[in-house]
Amino acid sequence: MGKAAFRVSVEGSDKVITCLADETLLKAMARQGISNIPVGCRNGGCGVCKIRVTKGEYETGKMSIKHVTQVERDDGYALACKAFPKSDLTVTVKNEE
Amino acid sequence: MALNGVLRPGFVQVRVLDMAEAIVHYRDRIGLTLVSTESDGRVYMKAYDEFDRHSIVLRECDEAGLDLMAFKVCSEASLDDFATKLAAGGYEVTTVAAGEQPGVGRRISFMAPTGHRFDLYAEIELSDNGPMTNNPDVSQLDPQGMKAIRFDHCLLYGGDIDGTKKVFEEILGFSISEMVVDDDTGMIIALFLTCSNKAHDLALVRHEEDGKLHHVSFLVEDWSSIGAAADIITRYDVSRDIGPTRHGITRGMTIYFFDPSGNRNEVFAGGYHYYPDNPLRVWKASSVGKAIFYYERELNDRFMTVVT
Ligand code: FES
Ligand SMILES: [Fe+2]
Repeated sequence: MGKAAFRVSVEGSDKVITCLADETLLKAMARQGISNIPVGCRNGGCGVCKIRVTKGEYETGKMSIKHVTQVERDDGYALACKAFPKSDLTVTVKNEE
Repeated sequence: MALNGVLRPGFVQVRVLDMAEAIVHYRDRIGLTLVSTESDGRVYMKAYDEFDRHSIVLRECDEAGLDLMAFKVCSEASLDDFATKLAAGGYEVTTVAAGEQPGVGRRISFMAPTGHRFDLYAEIELSDNGPMTNNPDVSQLDPQGMKAIRFDHCLLYGGDIDGTKKVFEEILGFSISEMVVDDDTGMIIALFLTCSNKAHDLALVRHEEDGKLHHVSFLVEDWSSIGAAADIITRYDVSRDIGPTRHGITRGMTIYFFDPSGNRNEVFAGGYHYYPDNPLRVWKASSVGKAIFYYERELNDRFMTVVT
């Protein structure tokens, strides 16, 4: 692989997700057999994988506004299936279920 | 003719986050034909074996989910009759002018108790690319992708499924083919409704939030088509939910996956034929695993809770 890899810590879990530069957090998690973030549609529509990034840089793809409002986006909320880490991250799972 | 009133599911209008990705998914993966892109941005599609102009309408939006599901009725007179009966039943019925969707006649529209918008219409243009009628070959256009034959049904989630059951049974003339009930209280948890000879044309599951879409389903030919769909799902890295497997309910063979906006799709084949004199088939919630996934005999969390 050899591409830039970032380490993502999920609060309350001791499993660290290694994420390639062009890979979503949720995809990286599943690829490594880790399940500390819930997996739903994997495509930004259902909100099941909602997280809050408390440390680090990331970008996002299109996410349903119903599940992450603009205010929340500005406050670090994102959907893990649409979040591309750009540095090491610390995240909290925000799915209420 | 025996089949009157509501004939069948006609079309759905689905919200997508990214139209370009949605077109690739519904056209190239599921195998629909792109009929037209209109000036308001909505994209119209159809399956190869459908006579009517379109059955899938995609609308770009910043939120996924279902705008409406529409059923085709047998005549304009029947449409008027349903409007009268819905109004008498206490439903607020609005009229959607002919042409709001290209080729579609006047529609009537109401909100069901589960928070879903349903439209009825009698007229829609025929497609130029529909099934042949003169010494007909099996298809006019070569089936593509998963080779979806037709848009078949939706499963919708909402709170008052008893209320939506009532309007579909008592006003729209649907029958219940099958249901899942709580072992102790008998409360209906899931409901399969048919207006035709199919095991279901609409399904409902009780859920705390109204107006939700569980899946939009397409018919394919047979069990091997489900396998071919699974190959496409992996080949193109489509998000898969579960399958290939089989349902106990309806007995259909199936695979579930998600469109690029997170709306669930199904392609399925088979299942029994329903006749209005068939006794109701009932599953207890304690056997719901087998009812939904006949081979796994257990539910997955994602299937039960993930909706748009
Ligand atoms: S898994 Fe559905 S929004 Fe991420
Ligand atoms: Fe289905």
